[in-house]
Amino acid sequence: MKGRGMNPRNLGFAALAVSAVALPAAVVASGQSVPPATLQPASTFASIADPGARSAAIFTEMGKVLTHPRCLNCHPRTDRPTQGDAMALHEPPVTRGNAKGEGAPGLQCSTCHGPRNVAFANGTGSIPGHPLWHLAPASMAWQGKSLREICEQLKDRTRNGGKTLAQIHEHNASDTLVGWGWNPGPGRTPAPGTQAQFGALTKAWIDSGAKCPA
Amino acid sequence: MTAVANRRAFLAGTGGLTIGLTLPLGGARAQAMSAPLQPNAFVRVGTDGLVTVIHKHVEFGQGPATGVTTIIADEMDAAWDQMRIAFAPANDPLYKNLAFGTMGVGGSSAIRESWMQMRMAGAAARAMLVEAAAKRWGVPASAVSVANGVVSSGKRKAGFGELAADAAVLPVPQNPTLKTPDKFVYIGKTFAKVDSKPKTDGSALFTQDVRLPGMVHAAVRRPPAFGATVKKVEAGAAKAIPGVIDVKPIPSGVAVYARDTWAAQRGAAALEVDWDLSKAETRSSAQMFAEYSAAARTPGRQVEASGDAAAALAAAARKIDATFYFPFLAHGPMETMDYVIAKKGEGIAVHAGSQFQVGEMRAICGVAGVPFEKSELIQHYAGGSFGRRATPVMFDGTEAAACARAYGFAAPVKVVASRENDLTGGYYRPMTVHRVQAGLDGAGSIAGWDQVIVAKSIMKGTPFEAMGIKDGVDGNMVEGANDTSQYKIGNFRLGQHLMDTKVPVLWWRSVGHTHTAFVKETVIDELLTMAGQDPVDGRLALLKHERAAGVLRKAAEISGFGKRAVKKGRALGVAVHESFDSYVAQVAEVSVGADGLPKVHKVWCAVDCGIAVNPDIIRAQMEGGIGYGLGHALYGEITLGEGGQVQETNFDKYRSLRIGEMPDVEVAIIDSQEKPTGVGEPGVPPIAPAVANAWRKLTGKAVRRLPFAHGDNS
Amino acid sequence: MTTSFQLNGKPAAFDGDPETPLLWVLRDHLGLTGTKYGCGVAQCGACTVHLDGKNRRSCVTPVGMVAGKAVTTIEGVAGKTAEAVKAAWVAIDVPQCGFCQSGQVMSAIGLLTAKPRPSDTDIDNAMAGNICRCATYVRIRQAIKDAAGVKGARA
Repeated sequence: MKGRGMNPRNLGFAALAVSAVALPAAVVASGQSVPPATLQPASTFASIADPGARSAAIFTEMGKVLTHPRCLNCHPRTDRPTQGDAMALHEPPVTRGNAKGEGAPGLQCSTCHGPRNVAFANGTGSIPGHPLWHLAPASMAWQGKSLREICEQLKDRTRNGGKTLAQIHEHNASDTLVGWGWNPGPGRTPAPGTQAQFGALTKAWIDSGAKCPA
Repeated sequence: MTAVANRRAFLAGTGGLTIGLTLPLGGARAQAMSAPLQPNAFVRVGTDGLVTVIHKHVEFGQGPATGVTTIIADEMDAAWDQMRIAFAPANDPLYKNLAFGTMGVGGSSAIRESWMQMRMAGAAARAMLVEAAAKRWGVPASAVSVANGVVSSGKRKAGFGELAADAAVLPVPQNPTLKTPDKFVYIGKTFAKVDSKPKTDGSALFTQDVRLPGMVHAAVRRPPAFGATVKKVEAGAAKAIPGVIDVKPIPSGVAVYARDTWAAQRGAAALEVDWDLSKAETRSSAQMFAEYSAAARTPGRQVEASGDAAAALAAAARKIDATFYFPFLAHGPMETMDYVIAKKGEGIAVHAGSQFQVGEMRAICGVAGVPFEKSELIQHYAGGSFGRRATPVMFDGTEAAACARAYGFAAPVKVVASRENDLTGGYYRPMTVHRVQAGLDGAGSIAGWDQVIVAKSIMKGTPFEAMGIKDGVDGNMVEGANDTSQYKIGNFRLGQHLMDTKVPVLWWRSVGHTHTAFVKETVIDELLTMAGQDPVDGRLALLKHERAAGVLRKAAEISGFGKRAVKKGRALGVAVHESFDSYVAQVAEVSVGADGLPKVHKVWCAVDCGIAVNPDIIRAQMEGGIGYGLGHALYGEITLGEGGQVQETNFDKYRSLRIGEMPDVEVAIIDSQEKPTGVGEPGVPPIAPAVANAWRKLTGKAVRRLPFAHGDNS
Repeated sequence: MTTSFQLNGKPAAFDGDPETPLLWVLRDHLGLTGTKYGCGVAQCGACTVHLDGKNRRSCVTPVGMVAGKAVTTIEGVAGKTAEAVKAAWVAIDVPQCGFCQSGQVMSAIGLLTAKPRPSDTDIDNAMAGNICRCATYVRIRQAIKDAAGVKGARA
């Protein structure tokens, strides 16, 4: 039962996650910078003739971000988020609380998480922060889902907060809470690539028909 | 929550005895110094009528300050709201623990060792006040009575304060008459603790809260592995941090001095240290467990034996052969170890929550290079210990002294351990492995029991070695397992291996009983199941001591063990254990939690600790002991990783029991006229085996390894 | 650099690095030591204060973040809810070692301010961030219920 937290290897898309999460724990824990994982540009997939296959391939590339611990931790399957690169259950044991996912009365996300990251004095990490720090709604739970399921969910306006594809692009490309994933503070691996690249991939995916991988 | 309901009913019935004793300790000290009536080292009566108890033990939550106040107030027939408390200075002739011969407390001994001494102290003060009144009024002492702080004879009345000066010139009675228990007015009752109010409103002073003019804050960078030393320090980055004042090497690492704790902690983290690992402990926990369990398969030094266990086991009809694994555990007191040390004349003033006041002061003065006789301990509340403040080698105090000395005593130095230093710094409950072979004969009776315990000795190489290790047998390691008086087992053998490691180990709340009770109570439970016997009736048939049987019957009664239907998906587990001369039985109602770990809904606890001086403190200690024991049984594990580096650096990884995991607790205290015995520790040992026994009922799996969160259970 | 804020209803200022955690500004510079250091990483809750009336861990709050805001500590917390919580705490002798209790009391007041009549689950959720190593949790729960005038046992 050790490490009962969500482990990406259990999530059914190990291959996608490995590049981002299989870092030596000691490196992460020491707060040293690690070589950033990259995202391939949409042009990489231009050679795929079939537009549907190309679109799905682009989404698979986007999946490196979507299934990264920086994103998955706050898209939990239950009311309790996970934390850290190892995606251990959040300590202390916080819960979703209100409909906005801001935590329970008396122990809200904002009880600990401030408007920005704050480094610990011990030199080995930080507490992440953003003015709107909160959990993704239960309808947007990604943990435990395949990339295809996440893709379908992302497009489904009944589950994605009523967003159009254009708004999804806007969200991925410009939302600053999403952007936190690339600036997560000491002790955490950033999401692969950059938010701009992720935005560009999202646009290319939409432009190519927003198909989901098998 | 019957406990609280009873207490509330009591408060309501008495018109609310909610007076907190709010006089700050500093004020109490001052009052005590100038009090005219000082019949002995423990009681001061001022002309203002206040009675100050000079408390010789550290107060870190187990309630002895209230306990001794209760005893003295009772023998004096004082009013509860005239009582005050102050901590004693470091002075062995006056304040030694009568069981230790030096100041200090441990083994849940505070009330046990001082019960008669405090009664005599209170009774002497009362007798002097009575004599003073008798003289003043011209009546025989036998015509004077005392009740609720008022001395009276007929219509004449006087408060303690009015009589204090007269009483002070009288001879101190050497053998004052003590009350008979039927005359007790506080002992055995429940009323406000002396420290609840200041500990609720933030005014209680802990060492962490001490601020002296010009004080600097020190943080220590410790080595990454036990036994490593500093080779070279590059302090440039640390010194560049605003607020950092200086950096000095000390024996335990490198000290950073700064204008606040934050700068000191950041400075310590920013040091670039080249460590010499050549003499360090570099084995991982996994490697050490492997070595310990190999040793457990050999007989070891014989601790005790009766009958012929080997032959009996060879002939046994059914057998258990189990190896148990217990990890290193940190105590994790909420207030980390801390000290403030300032130069004072030719000596030093030391602010601390010291558990071994004189020994620690001597060690601190030794390292500081100043005379003990010219130095002063200013004792404060301590934020928990669970054993952590009782290091025989005085590691933390001497580290603080080294910090102050390295700074040249140029300013008062405050040293507050970071939580990281607290958890990774050693002084753990020893990692321990047991192997038990036990069997039943054809009739289902226990045929034999052979047990081997493997661990590092806590006392070997410390000043306590002579006291704790006899004929090569470490008493702490085998306590609770060597005592065959607990169960009638005919063919019994106990062996022991002392292992060596650089990981410092220490007493941890209930010490050896943390593992011996688990092994004894889970194996006996399994044997009873194998024999088709009821866990309670089966134990009752085997228990040797009537007081152990008494608590077991009581816990079974209040929990309805075996007499009521348990909710679907839940099971009851039971355990009983004697430790520190007290007897505790617990029944735990358990289900499988959402996280796959035991979810403990309620615990019924029966305790026999002799005369119940403060029933509500006893209940509180049972609640707390259950929570502490359960939290560590579920999650507690300090792990040495590859290279010997501790993995659990803060409470995110060294998980603590949290409120949602705390079971409801119902406590029954056995009515007794035996002398009072310990309550701080005895609540801990039974909870883990009680939960494990319920777990085996629920899942069919016997628990061989703690914590539960580690997994790997058979 | 000077950071100004309201502290227990009065103006306060800290002259120094605005990254300094509020915890250490309170304890080491302003002399309010009721707020405790227990872990430094927002795990234990001993450092809980109220920031604009809501629970906040001061160990992970750079003082610059509270500029212009209202900070309340255990020394200054007042009002009907605060008094009810403190009275309930003393009435059933919640504290043992007492070191975490400032934080527990502040969290409890924060809970009852946001939710005057909490359920057991509400109490579990709100107090989950406050560790008590003495495990006084049974009495913490009871004191919160007493202060709120809520009755009833857990299932």
